[in-house]
Amino acid sequence: MSELPAQLRYSKTHEWVAQLAPGHFRVGITDHAQELLGDVVFVELPQAGQEVEAEAACGVIESVKAASDLYSPLSGKIVASNTELADNPQWLNEKPYDQGWIFEIEAADGDFAKLLDAEAYQQSLGA
Amino acid sequence: MPYIPHDAAETAAMLEAIGANRLEDLFDEIPAALQTDVLSVPEGCSEASLRRAMEERAAEQRSLRCFAGAGAYAHHIPAIVWEIAQRGEFYSAYTPYQAEASQGTLQLLYEFQSFMTRLTAMEISNASLYDGASALAEACLMALRLRPKAREILVPEGLWPHWRRVLDSLLPMQGIHLRVLPQDPRTGRLSLPEEDFSDAAALIIPQINRFGLLEEVDELALWAEARDLLRIAVVNPVALALLKAPGDWGGQGADIVVGEGQPLGVPLAGGGPYFGFFTCKRAYVRQLPGRLVAKTVDAAGKTAYCLTLQAREQHIRRAGATSNICTNQGLLVTAATIHLATLGADGLRAAALRSHQQALRLRSVLADLPGVELPYPGPVFNEFVLRLPQPASRVRDALLEKGILAGVPLLDLDAAGPAHDLLVATTELNEEEDLDAYVAALAAILGGA
Amino acid sequence: MEETIFACQHVREQSPADVMIPTHLLRTDLPLPNPAELEVLRHYTRLSQKNFSIDTNFYPLGSCTMKYNPRIAHELATLPGFSRLHPQTPAPAAQGLLHNLAELQDWLADLTGMAAVSLSPAAGAQGELAGVAMIRAYHQARGDHARQRILIPQAAHGTNPASARMAGFTVTELPNLPDGDLDLGALRDALGPDVAGIMLTNPSTLGVFERQIREVAALVHAAGALLYYDGANLNAILGRVKPGEMGFDVMHLNLHKTFATPHGGGGPGSGAVAVAPRLVPYLPVPRIVGEAGAYRWETLAERPQTIGQLSAYGGNIAVLLRAHAYIRRLGHAGLRRVSAYAALNANYLMQGLQRLGYQLAFPERRASHEFIISVQDLQKATGVRALDVAKRLLDFGIHAPTIYFPQLVPECLLIEPTETESKATLDRFLEVMAQIRREALEEPELLKNAPQNLPVQRVDETLAARRLQVAE
Repeated sequence: MSELPAQLRYSKTHEWVAQLAPGHFRVGITDHAQELLGDVVFVELPQAGQEVEAEAACGVIESVKAASDLYSPLSGKIVASNTELADNPQWLNEKPYDQGWIFEIEAADGDFAKLLDAEAYQQSLGA
Repeated sequence: MPYIPHDAAETAAMLEAIGANRLEDLFDEIPAALQTDVLSVPEGCSEASLRRAMEERAAEQRSLRCFAGAGAYAHHIPAIVWEIAQRGEFYSAYTPYQAEASQGTLQLLYEFQSFMTRLTAMEISNASLYDGASALAEACLMALRLRPKAREILVPEGLWPHWRRVLDSLLPMQGIHLRVLPQDPRTGRLSLPEEDFSDAAALIIPQINRFGLLEEVDELALWAEARDLLRIAVVNPVALALLKAPGDWGGQGADIVVGEGQPLGVPLAGGGPYFGFFTCKRAYVRQLPGRLVAKTVDAAGKTAYCLTLQAREQHIRRAGATSNICTNQGLLVTAATIHLATLGADGLRAAALRSHQQALRLRSVLADLPGVELPYPGPVFNEFVLRLPQPASRVRDALLEKGILAGVPLLDLDAAGPAHDLLVATTELNEEEDLDAYVAALAAILGGA
Repeated sequence: MEETIFACQHVREQSPADVMIPTHLLRTDLPLPNPAELEVLRHYTRLSQKNFSIDTNFYPLGSCTMKYNPRIAHELATLPGFSRLHPQTPAPAAQGLLHNLAELQDWLADLTGMAAVSLSPAAGAQGELAGVAMIRAYHQARGDHARQRILIPQAAHGTNPASARMAGFTVTELPNLPDGDLDLGALRDALGPDVAGIMLTNPSTLGVFERQIREVAALVHAAGALLYYDGANLNAILGRVKPGEMGFDVMHLNLHKTFATPHGGGGPGSGAVAVAPRLVPYLPVPRIVGEAGAYRWETLAERPQTIGQLSAYGGNIAVLLRAHAYIRRLGHAGLRRVSAYAALNANYLMQGLQRLGYQLAFPERRASHEFIISVQDLQKATGVRALDVAKRLLDFGIHAPTIYFPQLVPECLLIEPTETESKATLDRFLEVMAQIRREALEEPELLKNAPQNLPVQRVDETLAARRLQVAE
């Protein structure tokens, strides 16, 4: 059973979202997502300043045998991305909820509230 | 039954296990209306009679003293090159997807990549593309992926016309425009215009152009750098034993380097199979087309090799792949690696030097023949243009009668080319007696004109 | 461990270079090794011994047709009269070669049921690109610029969508039904005035013959689109079914696997293309034209509507010569035997594996020249995956089947024995697979740690990609 912190919100495309401050969020991929991908070898990050749409691809996560698009769970403006992942892609596998965070985004609090909670995400996995 | 081992009893036992009565039953899901035969294909024949027939066909191509080049060159291939490359373990192995069962091919490809990065002074080399021309098309596509807002590639008129035609076929389908930069008709070398190139992604820089001339590569590279254009170098790998490596051109070096690998141990074979080599800067590795081998370790920590960054490739990324290429030119690369190892630095330099020196000798003697001119004064490697007092194709055909393939008429490469110009190439295989025969034969033809 | 060739350094005397090239165009050092010839010979011979190959191992590698490629074809293709020929040699001095290639064009046209052939594409994927480029050219010549989409089944080879993209198309994937056939309802829904064509393999990559192919062709043609045939699986129907008669408009052949050129550790291939009459004007140049004694390469000027030239010369000539020799040696009866015994061997292994308890992807269907098993039951029981079964097979000297392709069958192995393998080889494969199944259930760690009997143990591909050391 993969780990699902209760304080986070989730998307159906397996991203987690943490609220850092009002209108300011941090995004990564879930433990379940990293298990599906296998060993991550490279992350193509969105760039700070870039405007992104919810559910649109904004990066790529590559494992040895797969490449998956990274989706933004929220619409807004990227304010930071985790450049340390370039040298440490294994953090996505080892610490997906902490050092493995991928980008930070400014978005509407209302959109955040509409994302899945841990229980609803868990159910979406069971389907 | 040639190459099918089953005897009647075995076939019967297998059919019985399957629950079929006859071999034809195995096709019972195929609609009967679609089942047919191929009657224009002749009856089969024995290996002996096949050999006899094919030896007769092969003999129709008689041995010639070869002075033709234009991108494909008759260099010497040491005996051990194909002796090893044809070993069944290389010749009949599959693509090395199962790394543990393919360490021989994988280490060899890693060594190939190392040879090519050193020869071109670049950081990354793939494991080959189809040929030089299609490799150049891939380089242009990669440049556009690196510069997604650009729509143009700058192509010097000095690029081989047959390579240019390949770009014309492959690039416009993706909306890419080829903008031609003219050669200076006086010098035959590229002249740099002062225009707006803000839509362009890259400048192609052929070092050795269609007239056999060397270009001022540093100037061209700096010109492109100043306009923030990527530099795509097109080079001859044997000439690189002498010439400045593209990684050292200008201030920042070339970004992508491609070329025809045929001069590295691959027989001329009427045009193929050859192989294209492709090297680039490390920053671009995720946009690289084709296979790539990396050094790693096995579960016990021992050095091992495997294919890597396969997520770029069609079998994983499908429509999003960097290229559609799957099968490449593995066996030719096997030969080229053994060829480079056998020659070594000294042997490759010696072959390049001799090719160069024979061209200089032949050029100076031919220039003294009546009516023969050298239209371009610039420096050459092993190939030069001869302007003849008669149509070049007529001279070529006349010399063919004397067992000499005198060169390639520029008109053959480009229907708009000058009719009297002949492109002549030498390699270390052209010995003094070949040069003498060429001069005597041409003198006889021109004297009798 | 074998050091790389770069460990062989000998410093030799160099004579001063006599060059007439300006110094600023010259290089100052050439960092290549200088091994002795015997060192080279031993090094690469030892490397070769670390490979599996057809000459040494059974290779039931689905969709790859790893059969014995007769050595006579190789010997004849490399006769000096062919191998020393410069590509710019005028046609009158190359009649023997051109005669062979002209015959090959004609034979392939008959084998495929098509109107004309171009031999120039260098490999299957380049043939695909040529094919979809011809589809594009055809629609554009008719002023039909709306057709920008290509339909491709989910189970198709990855080259299909990648080639369509390179020709400037977008791609829509089509589902397959549980019995392996294409979903005609989904096809009907997907067809429209923006669809340029569909790319299919038949027998499909699922190892079964697409039974409704005539209906598919009728639907696609009625919608104004064309059908592309991926010739990767031609070995299955060689000499008995012609893609042109199934309704296809354009196709490529993989001359390197079906017709006597071995895989060479990754190539070369040859992807000759064949087309129905309406696509003939668009074939890639150059083709061989003329008649006995006066064959020649056609020029670009003669074919104003061609999609153009795909490589610098006429294609992978030596591969074409091997195909020519192979067809001539086997004749039409021999070609029909190829498909008959390829089907016999595949169906024999399929029922044998089913008897051992392996799950078939399509148990109700006849295998073509290949078939799919799934080891999802083993994965659920002991965690053993298709990858582990594949690696364990290597320990027995048998090359792994294709794994995880097609992606829509979980934990799958795609198995293609080919016609050149004997019953004894197949029976040994079945014995090994029986043992592996026992091991998977009783000693799964044996599989998860396989291989143990090869030059290296399981290779760390993750480290390879993260560290990315790709040259010395």
